[in-house]
Amino acid sequence: MNVIRARGLTKRFGALTAVDQVDLDVPRATVYGFLGPNGSGKSTTIRMLCGLLTPSAGAIEVLGLEIPGQAEALRLRIGYMTQKFSLFDDLSVRENLEFLAAVLGVPRSAAPQRIRELLLQFNLADRERQMAGTLSGGQKQRLALAGAVIHRPELLFLDEPTSAVDPESRRDFWEKLFDLADVGTTLLVSTHYMDEAERCHRLAILDQGRLVADGTPAELTGALAGRSLIVHAAAPRRAQQALSAVPGVLSVAQIGNVLRVLTAGAGTSIGQLHDILRAAGVEARIEAGTPNLEDVFVSATGRRAQPREAAAA
Amino acid sequence: MSGRRLWAVMLKELRQLSRDRITIAMILGVPVMQLILFGYAINLNPRGLQAGIADAANTQASRAVVMDMVATGIIAPRLSVATPQELTAALRRGEISVGVVIPPDFEARRFDGREAVQVMVDGSDTVVQAAARQLAQMPLDSEVSRVRSAADASAPISVVSFFNPQRRSPVNIVPGLIGVILTMTMVLFTGVAIVRERERGNMELLIATPVSRTELMVGKVSPYVGIGLLQTTVVLALGTWLFGVPIAGTLIDVFAAAMLLIVANLALGLVISTRAGTQFQAMQIAFFVFLPSILLSGFMFPFAGMPAAAQWLAELLPLTHFLRLIRGIMLRGAALAELWQEAVALLAFAAVMMTLAIRRFRKRLD
Ligand SMILES: Nc1ncnc2c1ncn2[C@@H]1O[C@H](COP(=O)(O)OP(=O)(O)O)[C@@H](O)[C@H]1O
Ligand SMILES: [Mg+2]
Repeated sequence: MNVIRARGLTKRFGALTAVDQVDLDVPRATVYGFLGPNGSGKSTTIRMLCGLLTPSAGAIEVLGLEIPGQAEALRLRIGYMTQKFSLFDDLSVRENLEFLAAVLGVPRSAAPQRIRELLLQFNLADRERQMAGTLSGGQKQRLALAGAVIHRPELLFLDEPTSAVDPESRRDFWEKLFDLADVGTTLLVSTHYMDEAERCHRLAILDQGRLVADGTPAELTGALAGRSLIVHAAAPRRAQQALSAVPGVLSVAQIGNVLRVLTAGAGTSIGQLHDILRAAGVEARIEAGTPNLEDVFVSATGRRAQPREAAAA
Repeated sequence: MSGRRLWAVMLKELRQLSRDRITIAMILGVPVMQLILFGYAINLNPRGLQAGIADAANTQASRAVVMDMVATGIIAPRLSVATPQELTAALRRGEISVGVVIPPDFEARRFDGREAVQVMVDGSDTVVQAAARQLAQMPLDSEVSRVRSAADASAPISVVSFFNPQRRSPVNIVPGLIGVILTMTMVLFTGVAIVRERERGNMELLIATPVSRTELMVGKVSPYVGIGLLQTTVVLALGTWLFGVPIAGTLIDVFAAAMLLIVANLALGLVISTRAGTQFQAMQIAFFVFLPSILLSGFMFPFAGMPAAAQWLAELLPLTHFLRLIRGIMLRGAALAELWQEAVALLAFAAVMMTLAIRRFRKRLD
């Protein structure tokens, strides 16, 4: 049972094709990740799925509704957390929630109780009178999530919810997302953090508007078995130069004192690389590594997404 | 349309408004400032204006006329010259602001009933002009006096006031001022209403909710109806208290007329807001609408004197119709029902603009 089904989804802005022929199937009660660097078309895809942007081509079905034609009927059943904080800076935490409860159809009699519940659940109880504009990044993000789920939607779109949030808040936030999935909510979350993507049940990797890979994180990394190698070299810089020139090597990334090497196929063996390094005068020890999503991205696109951030993550 | 959602939008607007210090300052500041500026500027009674006298007749009667003028206290004689040319030169140099010319054939003119005294004024100063008019109205026994603006050609403003047969006074200006203030503030408030939410990123959240276009538009403008009526009350109260402006018609009719203009302007503001890309652009467009309203509506210049094309354009402006309504009600004691054409014109304008705003607004980002 797929909650979202998109075929050939395309969006053009003038000459730019922001989303290019994307096919998507999102099963119910999963946390579905959208991984891709900035500008890869994550927000544009989400906006088309919520009916906020009209696709240039393609068909969308969300919760059995044809989008964008039936977008209005969809509104009560989804929650949408925008990439940029979009609640009202000059309303208090409580007033923002009161407004959303009213427009999202939370029954009038149930609204106060629901708001109290959310304030506690999202650790905002001591902030309810504070203006939203003066909250910290993490507090704003929790308020935005509280607002997006106030009407208990079946489907939740979260567009880079953890940008501008410290690592600890990110972990807490993801716990909350899994709590929601546990009670049957389907979540579509975009991110450019590899570690977040790894936690998703399923994942779609976007690059320059194209869907370059999708599946569970295990499937995606499992497909690269044997192609990821770790090189311990005395002179990592020189080793990197030597290895980058090898045709069968897709990428060489220095992570701390070691090099992560991704090869194009099992054809490039440990022994071969050893010989190449020795010929370049570099003494090295090479072992098999565990492929990660960074490797998946590189093998799908032929380049690194955002090396620094990926390395940190 | 859901009453609950509409109320939620209204309440949100009211709450945001109550925290917007600049807007609150404008709500009360604009009417008070405008009223005091316009009211006192026109009410100003200039005294002791520097005057030059060219009495070519120099008869007993002519000297008496000059003395009568001086006795009003409006002018203070500063120099006495022989020819009108010398007066003109002194005016140009700014030494005097009023010149009184009595021709050599003063007695004969007076006898024939032709104009016997000429008052020259520095047309670049409106206060002086107003004073000169007061002088001109002075009964000089049976003499007919004529006011002429010395700076006719060089200062356009003198021409303007010269051909302005309306005696502008607070009594006349306050009713019109209600319209001017409402045009200025109402269009501006809603002109930025939609753009602001787009700029702040709230719009993406709003259009992702079930709030309908009509709920959003009506909810956004409704709080401002109350604010417009508050401004009307302030101007009326200050007008009566400070300047003794009479209200010949009923208060209900006055407020009903104001309400019509308020709704028309709010709707116009919404249309601007759906067109403008930024708040700054919205303000520019609002100003662009404001200027013709001030100039063509009959507030500044009499409607009758304008070319046909300008009159035609003026008929499209809400302020034009409001001025006819409010002057009728406040000054002539007419009932709103007697002036129903103007009321209908305002209603039609509001309906067209509101429809336009709702239709132009898309619950889409593209
Ligand atoms: N409204 C728009 N008009 C023109 N170009 C746009 C618009 N929205 C997005 N884009 C472009 O489309 C591409 C994808 O953007 P976006 O979907 O925001 O990417 P992401 O969310 O993955 O960072 C970018 O190159 C962006 O500049
Ligand atoms: Mg984005």
